Amino acid sequence: MNRYPLWKNLLLLAVVVIGLIYALPNLFSQDPAMEISGTRRAEVTADTRTRVEEILRGAGIGSKAIEHSANNRLLLRFNDSESQLRARDLLEVELGSDYSQALTLSTDVPGWLRGMGALPMYLGLDLRGGIHVLIDVDMEAAVEKALERYTDDIRSLLRTEKLRYTRVAQEGERIVVQYSSAALRDKAYDVIGNEFRELVLESADLEGDFLIHAAISRAEQAQIRKFALDQNITTLRNRVNALGVAEPIIQQQGERRIVVQLPGAQDPAKLKEMLGATATLEYRLEDTEGSVDAALAGKLPVGSKLYRTREGQPILLKKRVIVTGNQITDAASGFDQTTGQPAVIVNLDSAGGSRMRRVTTENVNKPMAVVFIETRPETTMVDGERVTRKVQVEEVISVASIREPFGRRFQTTGLDSPQEAHDLALLLRAGALAAPIDIVEERTIGPSLGQDNIDQGFRSVVIGLALVMLFMAVYYRAFGLVANMALLLNLVLIVAILSMLQATLTLPGIAGIVLTVGMAVDANVLIFERIREEIRVGSTPQASIYAGYEKALSTIVDANITTLIAAVVLFSFGTGPIKGFAVTLFIGILTSMFTAILGTRAVINLIYGNRRVKRLAI
Amino acid sequence: MQLFKSETSIRFMARRKMAMLISGAILLASLLSIIVQGLNLGIDFTGGILVEVGYKKPAELAGVRSALAQGGFDDAMVQHFGTSQDVLVRLAPRDGMESAEISDKAYAALSAASGGGVELRRVEFVGPQVGDELTEQGGLAMLYALIGILIYVALRFEYRFALGSVIALVHDVLITLGIFSLLRIEFDLSVLAAILAVIGYSLNDTIVVFDRIRENFRKLRKGSSREVIDASLNQTLSRTLVTSLTTLLVLIALAVFGGEIIHGFALALIIGVLVGTYSSIYVASSSVLALGVSKADLMPVEKEGAEAVDAEP
Repeated sequence: MNRYPLWKNLLLLAVVVIGLIYALPNLFSQDPAMEISGTRRAEVTADTRTRVEEILRGAGIGSKAIEHSANNRLLLRFNDSESQLRARDLLEVELGSDYSQALTLSTDVPGWLRGMGALPMYLGLDLRGGIHVLIDVDMEAAVEKALERYTDDIRSLLRTEKLRYTRVAQEGERIVVQYSSAALRDKAYDVIGNEFRELVLESADLEGDFLIHAAISRAEQAQIRKFALDQNITTLRNRVNALGVAEPIIQQQGERRIVVQLPGAQDPAKLKEMLGATATLEYRLEDTEGSVDAALAGKLPVGSKLYRTREGQPILLKKRVIVTGNQITDAASGFDQTTGQPAVIVNLDSAGGSRMRRVTTENVNKPMAVVFIETRPETTMVDGERVTRKVQVEEVISVASIREPFGRRFQTTGLDSPQEAHDLALLLRAGALAAPIDIVEERTIGPSLGQDNIDQGFRSVVIGLALVMLFMAVYYRAFGLVANMALLLNLVLIVAILSMLQATLTLPGIAGIVLTVGMAVDANVLIFERIREEIRVGSTPQASIYAGYEKALSTIVDANITTLIAAVVLFSFGTGPIKGFAVTLFIGILTSMFTAILGTRAVINLIYGNRRVKRLAI
Repeated sequence: MQLFKSETSIRFMARRKMAMLISGAILLASLLSIIVQGLNLGIDFTGGILVEVGYKKPAELAGVRSALAQGGFDDAMVQHFGTSQDVLVRLAPRDGMESAEISDKAYAALSAASGGGVELRRVEFVGPQVGDELTEQGGLAMLYALIGILIYVALRFEYRFALGSVIALVHDVLITLGIFSLLRIEFDLSVLAAILAVIGYSLNDTIVVFDRIRENFRKLRKGSSREVIDASLNQTLSRTLVTSLTTLLVLIALAVFGGEIIHGFALALIIGVLVGTYSSIYVASSSVLALGVSKADLMPVEKEGAEAVDAEP
C-alpha cells in the first residue's frame, strides 16, 4: 500500500529538474547597464569602444565589462546604478547626438542556459526603475477634425460640379448645405451621396430654404476613432524609439488610452518633450538650374535652399512649399500597377490636392523632393550644467520625377525596396498625431528605489519562508519536513514559471509569492490533520495516510478554486502592479496544489510505503 | 506537537447570539466610520502631486525629509531622481488647498532648509479622472469577485451555503475597510489588491468548514443541524488555526521587512486573515444555521427520498 508507480515518480523528478533549470538564471546578478547604439549618421565601431573606455577612465567611473554585441551595439555593465547614471550623463554630452544611450539591466547568464530560452524574471518598473505614462487620446477632436475635412471637401466638390450653394457650414455634429431651389438641392444630394458614401444624408425644407444635413455614419465614426488611436500609437512608438530606451512598451489600454513604459528611463521631461515632438513633411520642387557646388561655397541661388539627403548628399530645393504634411490624409505602401516597383500611395485633402494639381501640371518631368522635418531635444553641457534644447532636423527622404500631373491621390516611386516604401508610408502617416493627447497619469521610479524594493521583497520572502518552515517542522515533525520540501519546490516552480512566461514581476507580485508561501502549506495542513484524525479513530498508519490524502483532496480543490476566482478577477481588473500580484497568486495556487498533493505524497510513499509501520512521525 | 491533545468539543453555536451581537456592533462602527470620515485614499485614487527639485550638491534624502516635515509635509515620499542632485517629492492633495499652493509650500520648505541652494525643476499632477475610474473599477472588481464566488459555491454546495459565505465575505471586507477608515491608514491600489486577496483567503477558510459540514450531514445519522455544525467546526478547528498562523507568520514578515510601500498591503491582509478566521466560524456557519440548512438539503441528488430524513428539532 502507498506506493507510487514509477512513471509518477519520474514525472515528478522531471518537473523538479525543469523547474530548477528555468529558475537558475535568476541566481545570476542583474547589473545596471547601458546600451550605446549609433543613430542614422554614425555606427558603433572599435574606435567608439576605445573612445568610451577613455572617457570613462578619464572620469574615474569603473565599469564591470564592455561588450561589442552582434547587433552593432556597445553594452556597458556597471557595478552600481550610481556609476551607470554618471556614465550616462557624461557620455550623452561627450558622444553627442550621433549615438543614443539606453539604460537597461543585463545579466551574465551563460550561453547554454540562454540557448534553452532560460531567462531571469522580467522585472517591473517598480523593481528596475523607469517611467510609466498613461496617455488619453482626445477622440472627440479626431471626429471634429474629420467633420471639418468633410465640410471643406463638400464645398470644393460642389464647386467643381458647378452646383452653386447658398451656404455650407458645420453645425454641431453635422454639416448643413443650403440651396435656394429644390431642384439644385436634389442634384447636390445625389452628388454628395455618390462621392461620400460614409455620410448619412437627410434633406429638409425650411421656409423657402432647401437644406441637406450630412452627418458621419456610426460605422465611419468608429473607424475614425480606431484610426486615430492606431495612428497615435504608431506615432508615439516612432518617437519613443528615437529616445533610445531599451525594451519600451507602448500599448493600447481600454478604448482611448495608451500606456507608455520606459524601463530604466529617468527623465520624464525628456520623454514628454519627445512625445509632444512635432514631425512634419513638405513637398518641394528641386532647383535643377542652381549649382550645388556654388551653394556649398556659400552662394545660394535666390529662392532656393540647401538641404541634405539622409545619406548626407547636398541638394538644392525651391523655397516655395507645395504641400505640407498636415494636408496628407493617408499614406499606404504598395506597388506601381504598370512597372511593379514599390510605391507609396498618398492621399491629400482637397486644398492640398488642387495645389498639387496646379504645380505638377506646370512641372512635368521635373524632380520633386519630400523633406522630413523633425524637432527633437538634444542635451549639451553648458558651464557644467546639463542643458536640453530643441533642435530642428530637416532631411530629404526621397526625390522622384513628376511623370504626369496629379492631384489628391498620387504615388511616389523610385524607392529601393518594398521595405523602404513601407517605412516611408509609416513616416508620412506618423509625422503627426491624428488626435491631441493628454497625459493623465505619470509615474517615475528611480533605480535606487527599485533596488530597495527588490532587497526588501527578497528579505521578506526568505524570513517568511524560514518562519513557516520552522513551524511546520516542529508541529508535524517528519511530515512537516516533507511539507517543507514541497514548499521549497513550490517556490522554485513559481520562479521558473514566471521566468518562462516572462511575466512581469512587480513588488505586489513578490508580496503574492510571500502570501503563497503562507497559504501553500494549507493543503498539507488539511492532509496532515486528516491523517491525525484517522490515527485517533484507530486506523493503521498505512490506512491513515491513504485516507488522509483521499479525504482532503476535494476540500483542497474547492478551497483553491475560490481563491483562483479572486485571482482571475484581480487580473482582469488590475493595472500594472496589481496584475503582477494576480499572476503570482494564480501561479502559486496551481503549483502549490501540485507540490503539496503529488509532491509530498511521493516522498511519504518513499518513506512509509510498502512496509510495516508501527507509528507515524506526525 | 499538537494544539489540542484530543478532539475538542466546543459548543460554538451556543454562543452565536453573542457573536452576532459583537459582529453587528463592529460592522456598525465600520460602516459609520466609512460613511462619516471615509477612507484615507492614496494618490492612486485621488490624483496627486509630484515635485522635482535639483540641488547644487548631492542631497541627503534624510535631510530633505526632515526639511519637508518641518514645513508640514510629513507624508511626503522622497527619492533620488536620475542623479544624486535631483530629488523627487510626492505629495498628497489636501483639503482647501490648490495643488499649486501645496507644491509652492513644499518648495519653500526645501529652499529655506538648504539656504536657497535648490532649484524647482518641475511640478506634476496625477489626473483625477484616472483616480475616479480606478475607484469605480475597484468597486466593480469586488462585486464581480463576490458574484463569481456566489455562483461557484451555489453550484458546488447549495444556495444557503453560498449566501452564508458571501455574508461572511461582506462582513470581512467591511470590517477591514472600517479599520482602515478608523485608523486613517492610507488606502492605495495595493491595499485594494489585498482586500481582494482577503476575499480569496476568507473564503478558503469558510469552504473547508462547509466541506466538513456537508460531509458530516451525510455521514452522521443522528444529531440536529446545530450539533452537526458544532462537530464540524471542532474537527476543522486545529487546521483553521494552523493555517491562519502560517499565513500570519509570512504576513508579519512582509509587514516588518517588506518596506514602506508594501506596508498597507500586509496590514490589510493581517486584519483580513484575523477577521476571516473568526467569520468562517461565527458568521458563515451561523448564517447557514440561521438560513435553516438541514440534512435533506445535502444528500446526494440520486439518493434523495431513499433515506429517512431527520426532522429539524
